Amino acid sequence: MRTAGIIAAAVLLLCGGVSWGGEISPLRFAPVEMTVEDPSPVEMTVEREAPSPVISSEGRQAEVEKSPEEEETLDMEEYLFGHISDAYEWHILTFKGREAAIPLPCIVLDGGLKVFSSERLAHGAEYAGLRIAAKGESHEGKIVRASDGTRPLDISITKNVLGLMIDSLLLVVLVLLCARWYRRHDALKEAPTGLAGLMEPLIVMVEQDVIKDAVGPEYRKYSPYLLTAFFFILINNLMGIVPFFPGGANITGNIAVTLTLALFTFAMVNLFGNKHYWKEILWPDVPIFLKAIPIMPIIEIVGMFTKPFSLMIRLFANMLAGHIMLLSTIALVFLTAKMGPVLNGSLSFVAVLFGIFLDCLELLVAFIQAYVFTMLSSVFIGLAHQQPETH
Amino acid sequence: MSLITPDIGLLFWMVVIFGAVFFILAKWGFPVITRMVEKRSDHIRDSLAAAEKARLELESFASEQQKILDQTRAEQGKMLAEASRTREEIISHAREEAGAEAAKILAKTREEITAEKEAALSELRSEVSTLSVAVAEKILRKELRTDAEQLALLDRLADEASSAPLN
Repeated sequence: MRTAGIIAAAVLLLCGGVSWGGEISPLRFAPVEMTVEDPSPVEMTVEREAPSPVISSEGRQAEVEKSPEEEETLDMEEYLFGHISDAYEWHILTFKGREAAIPLPCIVLDGGLKVFSSERLAHGAEYAGLRIAAKGESHEGKIVRASDGTRPLDISITKNVLGLMIDSLLLVVLVLLCARWYRRHDALKEAPTGLAGLMEPLIVMVEQDVIKDAVGPEYRKYSPYLLTAFFFILINNLMGIVPFFPGGANITGNIAVTLTLALFTFAMVNLFGNKHYWKEILWPDVPIFLKAIPIMPIIEIVGMFTKPFSLMIRLFANMLAGHIMLLSTIALVFLTAKMGPVLNGSLSFVAVLFGIFLDCLELLVAFIQAYVFTMLSSVFIGLAHQQPETH
Repeated sequence: MSLITPDIGLLFWMVVIFGAVFFILAKWGFPVITRMVEKRSDHIRDSLAAAEKARLELESFASEQQKILDQTRAEQGKMLAEASRTREEIISHAREEAGAEAAKILAKTREEITAEKEAALSELRSEVSTLSVAVAEKILRKELRTDAEQLALLDRLADEASSAPLN
């Protein structure tokens, strides 16, 4: 997993000037005029450890080089954010100035339930006292009250929600069809065929190699959750790579999704933790002065929360980075459109080759991230079920 | 910006959807599959163990068979040897018996021959004596046909008889 992270970081470095900040700061993209020497279309600020002076100076350089006269090229910020963030409609394509998009239902609780099509809010329109916040406002791209720009309770079926529903439906159908094979056939006499033959090796691999080894003897109780998490992440990761409807939604690269997954793991770990686990947290085996002033318990309690937090950030950052890498590479084609046929053609060729490579890498990352999330969840659950060592 | 602030609406839907998926798959999906897979792997393990057992049994059976075969062969050899020994014994015994019988017969025959010979000899002897008596009679008759000859004989006998006690 770490290797994949290093590769992803290296690719990010190659891809564009990346400045490394120590604190969590939002991704920011500024349109940069393209030169042959520096084909980086984006300047990103990503939360990472180990700041490198060389890289950050490069990043600053990129910022300095920003051309004052912004030509009418691709708007990178809109392009990237349009693809990686959530939206109230599912945009499919823009052809000759006409947009093809699937409008999705907006559900807002603001002094009563308001349900309407997102078409009504398109292009800054106002409906029922609501509008979508414009660029630069505090809740940019979200439904806000038209009067004061504050957020009502908004549980709209957005692009990500629809994507989640489609992917989940797909997953449920796949697994239930596979389960049906086992109900209809005698598994003792027949080898699994078709869908069951596809799913079984994966399920067996995850259960036997990951869950059983990490959780320990009580693994049967947790394997349904861990298998669900694995396949849920895997299918959403894979669908995220598919560039057109119903794929392409950046679901597992969304913090709300990974937060929910991390919370489920947190619940699984802490709701069923044994006495030994709680003793290790609240009254660990350390000298008494470390417990009297509760230093160790505090550290352990913080540790309880950092474990799922790392799960959340890892999946989110990896998937988001993958999407941004792919999008940036493809953006080369459009960014160089005004630089003449030779440059545009050659860079497009490079972009396509690099895009193929990145797609393959993303396939790998999609699997690895699902695997890692499952494995670490298993390990955390296993740690909560350790028996006290007998000396 | 919204990238790292979780959106309440999406959070809500994610909890609902993931919860539903988890519920459905944990109730009707994965346990069915994992149970069957486990059952099958158990079955395979048992079958392998049974096959191994059968193989061992077969092997022991074969060795037993071989043992029986060897035993039979040994027995056969022993029987053959015994038979040949018995044959030898019978033959030698028969030979001995035959020899003894022959000797007995021979002895008997010899005895008989001896007896026969004795008989023949004694018969011959009596015949010869009869014959010599007859011959002597005839000779005597012929020599003593005249009185003078009878008187000469009487004289000689008287001489002989008178000289005899002087000796």
